[in-house]
Amino acid sequence: MTHLTILLDGLAYGMVLFIISVGLTVTMGLMRVVNLAHGAFAMIGGYAASVLVASGFPFAAAAALAVIGVALIGAVAELTIYRPLYRKGELPQSLMTFGFTFVVIATLTTLFGTGMRTLPIPAALDGLVDLGFRAYPLYRLFLIAVGLALFGLLWVAVDGTLIGARLRAAVDNPRMSQAVGVNVNLLFTLTFAAGCALAAFGAVVGAQLLPLDPYYALRYLVLFLVVVGVGGLGNFKGSFVAAIVLGIVETSCKYLVPSLAPYIFYSLVLALLLWKPAGLMPARSAR
Amino acid sequence: MTASAVHSAPRARPAAAAPMLTPGRVVLHAIPWLLVIAAYVALPDYLTLGTNVLIMILFALSLEIALGYAGIVSLGHAAFYGVGAYAAGICAIHFTNEPLLGLLFATAVAAVFGLVTGALILHTQGMTLMMLTLAVAALIAEAANQAHALTGGDDGLQLPALKPLLGLFKFDLWGHTAYLYAGAVLLVWFLLSWRIVRSPFGRSVNGIRQNPRRMRAIGAPVWRRLVAAYGLSAAMAGTAGALSAQATGSVGIASLSLLTSGTVLMVLVLGGMRRLYGAFVGAVVYVVVQDLAAELDPFRWMFVIGGLLMASVLFFENGLMSIVDIVGRARTSRKSPPACGPDRGPAPKVTP
Amino acid sequence: MTAAATPDAATPAAVVLSTRGLSKTFGALQVARGIDLDLARGARLGLIGPNGAGKTTLVNLLTGFTEPDAGTITLDGERIDRLSGDERVRRGLVRTHQLNTLLVEETARENIAVAIAEREGLGWRMLRYGARWRACVAEADERLAEVGLADVAGHRVSELPYGRQRLLEIGIALAMRPRVLLLDEPAAGVPSGEAHAIHDMIDRLPPDVAVLMIEHDMEIVFRFAREIIVLVQGAILTRGTPAQIARDPQVRSVYLGRSVA
Repeated sequence: MTHLTILLDGLAYGMVLFIISVGLTVTMGLMRVVNLAHGAFAMIGGYAASVLVASGFPFAAAAALAVIGVALIGAVAELTIYRPLYRKGELPQSLMTFGFTFVVIATLTTLFGTGMRTLPIPAALDGLVDLGFRAYPLYRLFLIAVGLALFGLLWVAVDGTLIGARLRAAVDNPRMSQAVGVNVNLLFTLTFAAGCALAAFGAVVGAQLLPLDPYYALRYLVLFLVVVGVGGLGNFKGSFVAAIVLGIVETSCKYLVPSLAPYIFYSLVLALLLWKPAGLMPARSAR
Repeated sequence: MTASAVHSAPRARPAAAAPMLTPGRVVLHAIPWLLVIAAYVALPDYLTLGTNVLIMILFALSLEIALGYAGIVSLGHAAFYGVGAYAAGICAIHFTNEPLLGLLFATAVAAVFGLVTGALILHTQGMTLMMLTLAVAALIAEAANQAHALTGGDDGLQLPALKPLLGLFKFDLWGHTAYLYAGAVLLVWFLLSWRIVRSPFGRSVNGIRQNPRRMRAIGAPVWRRLVAAYGLSAAMAGTAGALSAQATGSVGIASLSLLTSGTVLMVLVLGGMRRLYGAFVGAVVYVVVQDLAAELDPFRWMFVIGGLLMASVLFFENGLMSIVDIVGRARTSRKSPPACGPDRGPAPKVTP
Repeated sequence: MTAAATPDAATPAAVVLSTRGLSKTFGALQVARGIDLDLARGARLGLIGPNGAGKTTLVNLLTGFTEPDAGTITLDGERIDRLSGDERVRRGLVRTHQLNTLLVEETARENIAVAIAEREGLGWRMLRYGARWRACVAEADERLAEVGLADVAGHRVSELPYGRQRLLEIGIALAMRPRVLLLDEPAAGVPSGEAHAIHDMIDRLPPDVAVLMIEHDMEIVFRFAREIIVLVQGAILTRGTPAQIARDPQVRSVYLGRSVA
């Protein structure tokens, strides 16, 4: 195991964290709602894709259906569960979304059993690529490419268009935004749905690295929150940096000093959050 | 006196900020404890369940100090409960199986853990603080999982049989001693926290929850007060964890889990925050529902907890204890004009 | 260049609070430039200046909310610029806020009693407090009577009209037995019908307390102050009696001509 391989593994892992967490940075950072159910949306996506693949769908189709399905569920949840929460404090928000997470876990295990769900890698992504110095799994390179592509896409979409600015304005001053013709409600619903879709997408493509077990929604929630918190609430670039740093740190610790890995990882997280409570790259509008 | 130049009508009213302990109030306050004793006499087959209720009440009371009064949204309170449970287990296995010493040891360990983590994280606030409480809980859960030699890892710990309480009362199979033991410990912590909540310290912490700037403006050291309240809360949670370890004779890794943190949040909010008996109501409802759902596997059980959490936000934002208010208000308005001003007393205003 | 106002000529003007060379820069913006200020016992000093002149920054520097880049602050001859904000309050440097910072869920009485308990050093008492807390509550009732709030002592703050909340804010500050009182726009936002109570209150502030008032309303400042300091772009432009300030052509051009009718 060369150090470069560890670095690539960490990068792939970090990309999965980024893909899943980036939706959370939007809901928690920009829409300012404590969303402890983000892992639950990811889990629904992963389970859906796994069930679809098991019943004969090709991987790509299953992934697409799962992502679309979770986007719809996310939209419905935004309309019914989240909307009444925006005006409430952090405590009701965390209780509600915490409760929703438990309900999702219970529902999924009731429907699909309490065992691990498998989501095999599609044949096209299985196998090794010769990188010149060694052979490396194509699947992990694919993850890195997807993460980078998503990052680029977001950069163009958020910085190049008015989506980000509109969203910030809509959160800071909904009435004013409404007055200048922004449909705030629709904007919120679509943004939330998009965040959920990204969570589902990340869970589907990252199922090899974050296995789909019944406690998925809780087990990795802390990880996603940590990425968002360390990166800076509401800043997807911060999440990107945080996800990669944390991904590489955790992966290398697991290879090099397995018994100390969790300590090092969480101590680093604590240190980072205490050093910069607003995250490495605080969003402009974050207070 | 500096304010001598400022005067207006000298209509000083008698001080009555603290509710008087009238005979009527004494009776009201006795009711929960009479119920605790009545349950012991009337329901001998359910004492294990009853012990769980008492422990859950204590755990929820600990969160009441941190969340209800100090306003620290702790999503990882299981950390202190679990630390207390493991400390009691380790104490019984390696040092002494004297129950009270174990309880004190566990309480002290949890208090120190709360003070240290609180000192670190209470510089932050809002969502960052919430995430840090989660991170601390995740860290300690991972640590317990890894430190196999000390904690038994995934298998948890089995405690040796405890010495008789005070050298007199043996822990029996039916849980008589455990029940009374838990009840007595709860009573001690309850009286302490009642006293503390009404103290200048408790009032200042309650003020920090409402407006930290105000408290700074009157010279209160906000961070140190919060750390102290957090440590106190951790100590209580640690006692609850230790009681559970001693009563069940085992400690599991689940005591540190997010599910445990979520459960205690639900119990407190469902019962009602900032009313000392809210934790009682929440814990009874919780354990009874849990017992009714005993046939369910752990995952269906999450459905119940999740549903209760959501319901507590949607329907009982002020907790089940707010029903008492509504009843109380109806009564007072019939009997006399409403006394001016709220009081934080646990019972509705009943004019004698 | 000390600018100390005395309550009356007979008593010597002991300086309570003074600053030397107080400076602060935010990025490229210099919000305080070498401010020298002296406040004597019983002083009634008005601080005026156009928006963004650094008035609030000065208060924040004095109370420890903001750390100065340079300069010293002394209270009763002791350096306090390295002390935490709450320690400064305990030494008698007390402020009111522009916006209410009351404990809105509590009664007026509780708001003052908590402040008195803090003043008496009872803030850490958890178990043994009965008689001393009752004394705090009794004193709170006296204080409420002094500021004309006795009738609402048991009312929740959130139920009080805004003007009375402002009175309570001043009442809490007075209950701290301040050596120096910083009033940050005490009458801001109070409807005119309720304002006279606050004006009365300000007229009747204890004579031995040094008071520094920041206020936009010129009428209040000129009525209250025996001396006025004009702050412009973080520096003291001039100081003098209200009559001198009103006549000062510099002040007229820089301040009065611009933002105040």
